[in-house]
Formats: sequence, C-alpha cells, structure tokens
Amino acid sequence: MLYTLLCYNKEDVVWSWTKEEDDAVMSRLSVVHERLVKEGKLGPSLRLLPTTAATTLRGPGLVIDGPFAETKEQLLGFYVIDVENLDAALAVAQELSGANPTSTYEVRPIALYVPDARANAPREAIKVY
Amino acid sequence: MSDLAWIHGAITAARPQAVGALLRYFRDVDRAEEAFQDACLRALKNWPENGPPRDPTAWLILVGRNAALDGVRKQSRNTELPPDEQISDLGDAESALAERLDGSHYRDDVLRLLFICCHPDLQPSQQIALALRIVSGLSVAQIARAFLVSEAAMEQRITRAKQRIAKADVPFEAPGAAERAERLAAVAAIIYLLFNEGYSAGNDPQRAHLCDEAIRLARLLLRLFQTEPEIMGLAALMLLQQSRLRARFDANGDVILLEDQDRSRWDEKLVREGLALLDKAMRHNRPGPYQVQAAIAATHSRAASAAETSWAGIEGLYLALERMQPSPVITLNRAVAVAKLHGPQAALDLIAPLEQPLSGYFHFFGARGAFLLQLGREREARADFDRAIALANTPAEAAHIRQHLDRLMASSSNV
Repeated sequence: MLYTLLCYNKEDVVWSWTKEEDDAVMSRLSVVHERLVKEGKLGPSLRLLPTTAATTLRGPGLVIDGPFAETKEQLLGFYVIDVENLDAALAVAQELSGANPTSTYEVRPIALYVPDARANAPREAIKVY
Repeated sequence: MSDLAWIHGAITAARPQAVGALLRYFRDVDRAEEAFQDACLRALKNWPENGPPRDPTAWLILVGRNAALDGVRKQSRNTELPPDEQISDLGDAESALAERLDGSHYRDDVLRLLFICCHPDLQPSQQIALALRIVSGLSVAQIARAFLVSEAAMEQRITRAKQRIAKADVPFEAPGAAERAERLAAVAAIIYLLFNEGYSAGNDPQRAHLCDEAIRLARLLLRLFQTEPEIMGLAALMLLQQSRLRARFDANGDVILLEDQDRSRWDEKLVREGLALLDKAMRHNRPGPYQVQAAIAATHSRAASAAETSWAGIEGLYLALERMQPSPVITLNRAVAVAKLHGPQAALDLIAPLEQPLSGYFHFFGARGAFLLQLGREREARADFDRAIALANTPAEAAHIRQHLDRLMASSSNV
C-alpha cells in the first residue's frame, strides 16, 4: 500500500531556525531516511519552499498570490512510502516525528501514483538546501 | 530539538503578533512589552511541564494580559498572584481568542506595531533601534553591540523614541488603505536599512545577525501582504544577497569580490526562494526599485560563472533604477557594468560628474581606482586607493583596497 506522509509545522518558526538547528533536524531525519531506503520502503520525498513563495490558481484564469489556505501550520514537504498497512505507515511517521518532534505528520493513503515521466528524471536527490 | 530551543523559537515567532495585540489592549508600548516578558517567563516554566499550548501566540497574549492586570490589582490591593497552574488552564478562552486571531486582527496588530516603530517623527536610527527592541525583541545590549554604540547610549536612544511616540499620540485604530500603502513603504525601507546594517558590517557575526532578522521580518510582511510585488521584491533582494554570505569573505575575514567568489558556496535554498519570489513579483507588472534591485541580484545568481554574467542585462536594470530613483550611487553601480561592456574609459567618463557628490564615499574611490588601474594610470589609481582606505567603514573594506595597493607596489618594483 502506498501512503504519503505530509509534514506540517509553523513555517515562521521552521524558517527561523538557524543553519545549525536546521542541519541538526535534517541529519536526524537522514538516519531514518537511510534505513527506509535499505528496507525498500521510501519513494519520492520533497521539502517545499515557504508558502510565501506560493501562487494559487483558483478556477481557470484566477491566479492569486499566496498559498491555498492561510493556516497556522503549513505543509512543509512530504514522503511517499510503500508499506504493508496503516500501522506500518504510522510506525514510519512515528520515527520521523522522533527525529523532528515539533512537526506534525499526516498519514494519507495514496489513490493514484503517477511516476516521473521525464526521460531525464533525476535518479538522485536534488538538494536545494 | 530541545524543549528550550523549541520554546525560544515559538516565542520569537509569536512576538510581533503578541506584543501587537497587547499594545492594542494596553495602548502603551512599555506596558505591552512588560506583559509579554511576563508571559514568556511563565511559558518557560509552564510549557516544559504541561506541554506546549495548541496556539502559543494566543497563550502568550492571554497570559500576558492577565499577568499585567494581576500586576495592576496587586499594586492597588496587595492581593496574591494566582498560582501558575490556574493560568495554564485557559481552556475555551484560548481557543476563542485563537479563532479571532485568525482574522484581520493579526494583520492590524503586527502592522500597527511596525507602523509605530516607523513613525515619521522618529529618525531612521531610532526607527531601526525601536523595531529591533519591540518587534524583534533583541536586548538593548545586543542592539548596542550591533550599532557599535554604548549600551547607555542605545538605552537612551530607545527611551527617547518611546517618549516621542507617547507624545505623538499614535492612533490605535487600523490605518486606512491609503495610509497603509504609504506606511508599508516606510516599513519596507526600515527592513532594508536593517538588512544593510548587517550586510555592510562584513563578517562580524553580531551584526550579520541583523540580516537574518530583516529577512524574518520581510517574510512576516509577505505573509500579511501577499499581493504586494515590492514586498516580494524586497524579500527576494535580501534573500539573494544573503545567499552569498558564506562566499563573501575568506578565512582571514577579507572581502572576496563577486567575480572571485566560489559560487558553490552560495546558499542554494535562499537563491531558490529569492528567484521564486522575484518571479511572482514580475507577474504583477508593477515594477519598483526593490524588484529591479532583486532582478540585478538575480542576474548574478543565475550566472553559473562570473564570465557568464549578463552585464548588458545589469546595465539595463541599473538604467531603469536610475530613472526610478536618480542617485549618484546607482550611476556608480551602472558604471561597473559599463566597464565590463565598454571598457574602463567609458566607465570613467560616466562617473566623472560624480566626484563631488560622492567625495566621502568609499566605493567611489575604490571603483575609480580600479578603472584607472585597468587603464594603466597607476599613480592616479594609487591616490584613489589611498582615499578609499581613509573612507573605509570596516577593516575588511580597508584590507581589500590594501591588496590592490600591494599589487601595485609589487608591479612597480618589478619595473
């Protein structure tokens, strides 16, 4: 079963982390990531730029600045994982949360998964942070 | 992340909104600040024990307000303060307040706070100091260090600013649309000044911190005004400049010029965010000085190497900027692009009329010295470099010019 783990947090807090604080969280997360890769559970994952960089299309033709919704906590990024069932998905979320305790992880089953169709789709992580 | 680091982050993020809301309630800057300090102290004690509240900002506002009211009561009747456990039991009050905070109050409170700091009666230096104290919550000692003045002098500057504001009878009602647009420009200017304080400080970490703070405030403004292209431009400009922080100085703290920087040391995350914001801004077709400056910074960010820089693009952008804001400093910057495109003589011709208005400006003599040197006019170049050193603002600037002089000395001794 494919699940996505959606990571939420207060953007103004997370984007105020110092480089050291951010690095510390990312290095704790990478321990979990590496294990998931070894176990063959980790699909694509990504981290988003802040919602201030977002543009929203509301119906055809109406382009507005900003995110879809103004919320207290924003979607920061997500993982796609391939695990047996919800319990297993929650266990992964649990581990990620242990590495990044102030963020909230929403577990959502995936209904449709379309793989990257680009001929030159990257095989490796594109690191922009 | 430890509890304490989390609490510190949450308090920093909540500060503008919480102090803004308390200010609306008490209509007194000092009292709002004290109430917020009080709430923070209680948060430090309470949150590790009871877990973080669902909405830290609402918690801090409510607790700050109650604590201040208790203080008033305590003074008048000498009654006991309630135990902290009671304050933690905010229940419905917190969620009701949290609901209301989602609305327009948030915008207006933070904005009012920034507006007060940018009151036109205040000097820019007072405006920045006050914004750092009230909006960012830096201590007087930190601000004093950042501006290289004594703590006592900074304390006095801030106190005077507060007195001025108290006398000026600042309206506490939400500003009208026209006034809002006008003051927004003032707020943006202060944020940019703040950034420049940090940026021009070179690699002094105390002052470089001001750049991070300016970016944080710009992101806050962006969230409040999501459709203002100039605010996007301002944020983009600062993010792109800041992305080069690690590449701007060598191990000795000496300046590395843009063309000599190791571009792999640029912070790619900040570059992406800056370019994304500039992209969004340009869609509005309402160009302004911040957007143009961001576009200039972006031209450098997009060039894979110094040699691939589009100097024609940069010259055009500086021309646009000169038309929006005629200034000899902008012309001087355009001259650098002109030198790359048409050679040093064309640049010298362009800046010839600038000597008088820029006679006290470090970069004028640094740039002209470099143009003269390229033309082989070494004696004149040396005279300009000497003047530049005398006008340098930081040791790193002076050291950079000294390198030019050393090279000159070396080449002339070879002859």
